[in-house]
Amino acid sequence: MNRGVALALTLVAVMSAACADSEETSGGSRPEVTLLTHDSFDVGANVVRAFEREHQIDLRIVPAGDAGQLVNRAILTAGNPEGDVLFGVDDNLFPAAIEAGVFEPYESPALARVDDALELDPTHAVTPIDRGDVCLNVDRGWFERRSLAPPDDIADLTDRAYRGLTVVQNPATSTPGLAFMLATIARLGEGWQDFWRALRANEVLVVDGWEQAYYGEFSGAGGGEGERPIVVSYATSPAAEVVFAEEELDEAPTAAVTASCYRQVEFAGVLAGSDHVEEARAVIDFMLSEPFQEDVPLRMFVFPVVDDVELPPVFERWAKEPVSPLSLPAARVAAEREAWVRTWTDLMFG
Amino acid sequence: MGPHVDRPDVRLRLAAAGRLALVAVPAVFLAVFFVYPLGSIVGSVAEELSPGSVLGDERLRGVIWFTTWQAVVSTSLTLAAGLPAAFLLARFRFPGRSALRVASLVAFVLPTVVVGTAFGGRGPSLAALFAAHVFFNLAVVIRVVGGFWSQLDPAYEDVAAEMGATGARRFTDVLLPLARPAIVGAATLVFLFTFTSFGVALLLAGPSRATIEVEIFRQTSQLLDLPVAAVLTLVQLVIVSALLWITSATESRAGVRQRLVASADAARRPRTSGERAFVAAAAPLLGVALLLPPLRLVWRSVRTPAGITLDRYVGLGDVRAGSALPISPIDAVTTSLRVAAGAASIALVVGVLASWAISRSRQGSWLRALSAVPLGVSAVTVGFGYVVAFDAGPLDLRGSVWLLVAAQSVVAVPFVVRMVEPVLSTSALELTEQAGALGASPLQAARDVLVPVASRAILGAAAFAFAIALGEFGATAFVARLDSPTMPVAIVRLLAQPGAASIGQATAMSVMLLVVTALITVGIDRFRVGTFGRL
Repeated sequence: MNRGVALALTLVAVMSAACADSEETSGGSRPEVTLLTHDSFDVGANVVRAFEREHQIDLRIVPAGDAGQLVNRAILTAGNPEGDVLFGVDDNLFPAAIEAGVFEPYESPALARVDDALELDPTHAVTPIDRGDVCLNVDRGWFERRSLAPPDDIADLTDRAYRGLTVVQNPATSTPGLAFMLATIARLGEGWQDFWRALRANEVLVVDGWEQAYYGEFSGAGGGEGERPIVVSYATSPAAEVVFAEEELDEAPTAAVTASCYRQVEFAGVLAGSDHVEEARAVIDFMLSEPFQEDVPLRMFVFPVVDDVELPPVFERWAKEPVSPLSLPAARVAAEREAWVRTWTDLMFG
Repeated sequence: MGPHVDRPDVRLRLAAAGRLALVAVPAVFLAVFFVYPLGSIVGSVAEELSPGSVLGDERLRGVIWFTTWQAVVSTSLTLAAGLPAAFLLARFRFPGRSALRVASLVAFVLPTVVVGTAFGGRGPSLAALFAAHVFFNLAVVIRVVGGFWSQLDPAYEDVAAEMGATGARRFTDVLLPLARPAIVGAATLVFLFTFTSFGVALLLAGPSRATIEVEIFRQTSQLLDLPVAAVLTLVQLVIVSALLWITSATESRAGVRQRLVASADAARRPRTSGERAFVAAAAPLLGVALLLPPLRLVWRSVRTPAGITLDRYVGLGDVRAGSALPISPIDAVTTSLRVAAGAASIALVVGVLASWAISRSRQGSWLRALSAVPLGVSAVTVGFGYVVAFDAGPLDLRGSVWLLVAAQSVVAVPFVVRMVEPVLSTSALELTEQAGALGASPLQAARDVLVPVASRAILGAAAFAFAIALGEFGATAFVARLDSPTMPVAIVRLLAQPGAASIGQATAMSVMLLVVTALITVGIDRFRVGTFGRL
């Protein structure tokens, strides 16, 4: 036989072998349940292991980008999901997801211990897991070194003194980005578009996600590489800086601008079409269980939703909850969010 | 010879049925996995949105405008750099000439994501975008225009020299005008490639700028506005087809024939001092332009805060805590290899059968056209079409790895056809007919004559299809599963995450893709198992 033919046949044989090999090889005895989540999700390995042992299942955690991308992905695959349970849909995103049939309702018994005000979805398609406040954060040292007063309200950002100092997230792809855009609407009303126009002229930087903004661009992040001293982050971020500081700190190196804070609740839900509904429900219960809720503050720097969960001391001291955070009626957000994001995109990238 | 020799009607009918089956396989595959998704895009637009509302949108008009002007600038820069390079490689013999030729080919075949990573590193910038586009497309100018010059009779230049024209004058007054059709052809191709730039533009243009391709992806994956994405797809299709139509129309009008010679005769050692100076300056410059970006990528993959180490490669087997990847980078490599192997196998079967059918029958021309269309339509369109088309009923393939395999094979089929079909159509066809005249059955003729002749081309096509599938990003970005990303998808995910560890892993993975692609390309070129057609 011609050498070339032999080579070609061998190649085809190798390729088909490689294909055949790609069938499921993990013959584990325990069922695997897949949790789709955003990139900022974090939970202690020991907490997960205890849950896996108790229920005899393997929990697979699959990050899917920012919350916006995560939810879009779930909507595009509604009914034929890439996982069994989803965590990280917030109060602004869940109406669209529910409408698309992403979730299968489940009323967890653990909801009894959750503040009723946080149960924003009466159909129980989604279950509240944590809450936080999206606020402007400033690098205190940066402003002290320049004897410049940091901004203390949203409108200040368009001041010439703060030109080129702010980094925000794209509301189309990032939940804190969306929350901050909503904060500007809640705070400035009709003037929000003028504000963003002025902010663009004031050389604001827009990035796709929180991690990129905070660790990539913000100067106040410990171990970060950024140069901008104003960022959209969380009310709890200063506490995180203390916890993660390489040397012990008496004071947080960053501060949240409380007048800019917008309330955000994060939810989880069982994905419709999952092959492991029982296990997926167990994951929801797990996320409302004490070990998970106690783990939440120092992992994701958000507040637990279960009432009587004890907060870590550093949280009690540094994580100030804004007294009256900004908010918009959920119905109005659901109706107008898309148009607002489009307007924002036109203003900032047009 | 079988007993049915004296029953020619049976043999004919069998042959006809066989031919039909041969045509049916590629035709059905392309109909389901290419025409149907494309039709679904058109259908979704007809239902929901008029193109007018997109063209009336100021920002989307801005996207179309940016796409156009960056393609114009990229094309001009590529011609400015590519024409001297093509002249150098076509007309002069010097040490390292074939190495430069292969290096330009490797650059053209490299995955977009690898080139994006190589030219990135300091954040998005237009300069990096243009540099990457030039790097990519130098090979187009070198192949198309250089290919023409390398066959142009040196007598043209000699006459001009006798009339007293200097070297520079001979280039501007003789070689450039003669090559005008080739230059227009090359410019059209470069414009098409840069107009439909996706991976490079996604990584280098920055969040505030988008080509139409990038915008289709953003509208789909971030804004979830499928109707707008569909309109953009159609707008791009219309512009690309119009451009191709205009070009082919002008080409046929400007079809002036020059005297051509075998390519070996056109190139010679530089003779005058001016020529020697040109070669001495241009050859190293081209070498640096082609080798620096890959070398810089390799350098960035081993340079860590701890010095020059292979740490980033060692760490590729682990799932890094806090990583955007749910798997270890090595798992992404495995996924990529498997999917690409499957895609290459399918592309090979479909492509070879299509080539066979094209070469055997006059009706094959529509199949040739059909199998070439994915080239012009862009991978992003294919990927987006899959999102729109395969979401309901018996064809609900969302989340299936086969969707990914199919997408990559659709993208690879045109390359297989371009490499295999010419061989089957020309020499092999005559050989089979001769064998037939000598009394061999069609099967025997195919086995004894056709397969040996075409096997080199088929082997080359298999390797090339594999390389294309391995680096495929445009369609893959839409259909890859979250929990099992391919290498290019994993690289883009890692690059989007801040921190030296992520970027280090992304560069290390890019280097691995670079090495595999370069080896395959060099291998095809060295062992002459196939040619890349006009490219």
